[in-house]
Amino acid sequence: MNAINQSILTGILLAPLAGAVLVVLFPDRKKLPNWIALLTSLVTFGLTLHLPSHFIYGQNGFQFQTNIPWIDNPAIFYHVGIDGLSLWLVVLTGLLAPIGVLASWNAITERRKIYFALFLVQQTAMFGVFISLDLMLYYGFWELSLVPMAVLIAMYGRKDGPKAALKFFLFTFIPSAPLLVAILWLYARTNTFDFHTLQILIAQGSFAAGPLCWVAFAFLFAFAVKVPLFPLHGWLADTYSEAPVAMAMIVAGKLGLYSMLRFHIGLFPVQARAFAPYLIALAVIGILYGACLALAQRDYWRLLAFAALSHLSLIVLGIYGFTFTGSSGAIYQILNHSVIDAALFVLLGALYDRYATSQINTYGGLASNLPHTATLFVFTSLAMVGLPLLNNFVGEFLILSSTFIGISRSWTIAASLGVILGAAYMLWLVQRIFYGPKSEMVTSKPAPDLRLGELAVLCPLAILMVVMGLAPSIWLQAIEQAAHSPQSRFSAVVPSGSVRSSFIVSPVSGEVQR
Amino acid sequence: MNPVPDIYRILPEVVLTLTGVAVMLIDASLPFGFPRRPLGWIAAIGTTVALWASLWQLSLPQGTGFYNTVETSAFTIFFHVLICGIVLVALLLSLDTLPEDSHHQGEYYALIVFGAVGMCLLTGAVELLLVFVALEISSIATYILAGYRKATGRGPEAAIKYFLLGSFATAFLLYGIAMVFGATGTTQIYEIARLAPSATNHSLVLAAAALMLVGILFKVSAAPFHLWTPDVYEGAPGPVVALMSTAPKAAAFALLLRLVFELFPSLHAIWTPLLWAVAVLSMTVGNLVALRQQNVKRMLAYSSIAHAGYLLAAFAGFGTSGIAAASFYTAAYAAMNVGIFAVITLVSGYDEELPFIQDFRGLIYRAPLLGSLLIFFLVSLTGIPFTGGFFGKFYSFSVAIEGGAVWLAIIGLLNSGLAAAYYLRLALVAVQPADPKQGEPSISNPPVGIAVKAALAFAVLATLILGIAPGEVLRAAEAGAHSLQAPPAQNSAPLDDALTPQER
Repeated sequence: MNAINQSILTGILLAPLAGAVLVVLFPDRKKLPNWIALLTSLVTFGLTLHLPSHFIYGQNGFQFQTNIPWIDNPAIFYHVGIDGLSLWLVVLTGLLAPIGVLASWNAITERRKIYFALFLVQQTAMFGVFISLDLMLYYGFWELSLVPMAVLIAMYGRKDGPKAALKFFLFTFIPSAPLLVAILWLYARTNTFDFHTLQILIAQGSFAAGPLCWVAFAFLFAFAVKVPLFPLHGWLADTYSEAPVAMAMIVAGKLGLYSMLRFHIGLFPVQARAFAPYLIALAVIGILYGACLALAQRDYWRLLAFAALSHLSLIVLGIYGFTFTGSSGAIYQILNHSVIDAALFVLLGALYDRYATSQINTYGGLASNLPHTATLFVFTSLAMVGLPLLNNFVGEFLILSSTFIGISRSWTIAASLGVILGAAYMLWLVQRIFYGPKSEMVTSKPAPDLRLGELAVLCPLAILMVVMGLAPSIWLQAIEQAAHSPQSRFSAVVPSGSVRSSFIVSPVSGEVQR
Repeated sequence: MNPVPDIYRILPEVVLTLTGVAVMLIDASLPFGFPRRPLGWIAAIGTTVALWASLWQLSLPQGTGFYNTVETSAFTIFFHVLICGIVLVALLLSLDTLPEDSHHQGEYYALIVFGAVGMCLLTGAVELLLVFVALEISSIATYILAGYRKATGRGPEAAIKYFLLGSFATAFLLYGIAMVFGATGTTQIYEIARLAPSATNHSLVLAAAALMLVGILFKVSAAPFHLWTPDVYEGAPGPVVALMSTAPKAAAFALLLRLVFELFPSLHAIWTPLLWAVAVLSMTVGNLVALRQQNVKRMLAYSSIAHAGYLLAAFAGFGTSGIAAASFYTAAYAAMNVGIFAVITLVSGYDEELPFIQDFRGLIYRAPLLGSLLIFFLVSLTGIPFTGGFFGKFYSFSVAIEGGAVWLAIIGLLNSGLAAAYYLRLALVAVQPADPKQGEPSISNPPVGIAVKAALAFAVLATLILGIAPGEVLRAAEAGAHSLQAPPAQNSAPLDDALTPQER
């Protein structure tokens, strides 16, 4: 058992890569690449399910660790492990992989080998980001995750893929240059890339405050673009409207938000606190700005993009509120947002496949033609606007209530306004697409309702929304543990109790107490 | 004291020279009209033997031969292996891409091998006159090769430009050597290093160092001495560009490392800001101008100027780590640059019917393998992790930061973001579906033979190994750095009297 626990993360990391190699080796015949990709992603998902079932709740620090030297000079280790923060993100990534494959099943008709090979490489890169505990290894996967994404956007873009791909790539690649400098600066002073060692050294105050502030800022900047946070969201709308569905559902949000939690707050708690007021302000602006722009969009991909900006900003608000409830809510909300966004992308992708347009005003009265689509869309929209008993409600409630108590009432009121606007644009979207009189296009172009493959994707997601709304404790158990105590916050590798007790970072001042 | 026969110290050079002479003689004795392609195989085999000979030199103790004029050390072996590897790939590439009916094929292969002799000798020479001779051997070969496509107007133009500017630069170097001789009374590198700090006429030493620096910066095409690069790369045949954008540069960087860290380490305070400025200038100018290029080879020429800048960033690091990082970067850059020029040659054709970025549109559908390789090498040049390009930049900038040049690293990495724009542009054009209005380009890609396949496989493998398991190469580079930092003092002591007069 122990051997499995030690190598499970490596297995999860390598399985999609092996699948990609198989896709390349086998001929592109009779949907063979699709089947290989589906099988690979299902196996990978199965592997990720091993994690929550063997995760020891209540044990601080990282689990399932592997730590072997990769390059001796500079000292880069292959160090992977997960804690409560990354546990469910890994599982979620595993879950979204087969969903992405199924969503691409009929949409991708040509050059399937390249598509599915790159899709699987992208999975590996994302798993790598979530499990790496060596900064250099992490950076490697972080950068690697850009390439398949950019190529796929360019190749399968709806109208002007290459332009959107270039925009996406430059927006996310250039900020990672300061990030690399910052990582190298830390290395030049400590000779280590190890997350936990650096965390201890920074907490001990081994660095001058001035440069460290810049280092923390470089980290934050790279992550804020990736989330994206207002005003760095320029790439998001184009990417959402060009990227193939399976790529768009993973492009925003979790990688950046996770990195904020792990590597910005985790490494630089003091600096993060100093930045927090600005970030809270930007987040609230992002919530309102995204919601207002979403109201004004005529293209549903762009609407979805600005809706995502609004929702992701809310998560940032939860993260930088530095309250226990807010952090747990934020982590939980990352999962919720990914699930709901995935479902919406599949649904709108289905519409796009049938009608080949994303102009909202060309739709109308679809509900009687496509009843299943309408039902599931309404259901997902309700989940998204935060209907109680569905998943988003839990996360939004945790974040907003913690902001109300912990930060300031006026910010909370402003953020809640964004949530209300969220209901407005989503319900209006539902109304414009599915209800009202049938539009000319809808009457002239009869289209079949959801296919079995699409239902196979959407039903599990819908069930998941209900379960996550009704029984959040399944997930929150691990998440709260990660968010719980500041000293293990996002979270230190603590081999034994004695070390832990010697490094208690006070949540208020950030000083180390002995 | 030194039981190693002198000939062992220059074994790779000897092998290469014999190969070159053999190729030339066989070429002359073959009847007119007889296929010359086997000559290329002879050259390739000879280069492989030379590569093994360099590796075999690892078993020799570090030391010098021929009256302290050539050195064998981990440093020289590192560069010997690198140069022989590049030359081998370039030869394999030429074998399949040179048109069957082109004239003077024998000369072509012989010149490549002779050029390799010069480059190898350049990395091993510890006597400035020999440095000069070696540089000339390698330069003259590349001048001729640059103009090998005589039928096109651009070929001779490239050759003449390269020749005139190149001779000018070598003159700088020679003048620098003369001055250093004037200041210290010797041209032996260890001796100069010992005497230069106490030289009475310090300004003469400074002038000498500056002149030599100019000569070498020209060879590595660092800004502001880069103006010849795009024209020459555009005019020279693809396989030759693959060679001359990497191998002579590797040799010149080896010489620059010697100059900065072995010959004049005492001038450290002057080198650092100077090379800082050249590095920043090179990468910024190279990248900014590359953004606007339409011709792929010109774009890659400017990209190579930028890469010279990234490499020079490593010189901001402290001795050993800086040398190791620079050596490693040379290898990584060589692997990916040879690879991309190989791909470009195959796509554009030997006579370059398709030289522009737009001509690469839809490449990945036309030729999936070439298209994927193009993207792979572009990804590596961009510096994405798990490729050689990433670790090259990574080491270069991390030693710069260790050396305190944080701004250099920031500028460099922002520059690599800038560079991503044009690398990505080419990659994205390649994945764009072909324009239905234009129709398929009428060129028939040359058959990809076994030699080109081997060359490409070599380049891909090297790029991947340097990106995923760089440990071994880095250890070799570090061993080289140590050997350069600690020249064999026991050898130079008894030879004070046996110095330069013999050679002149």
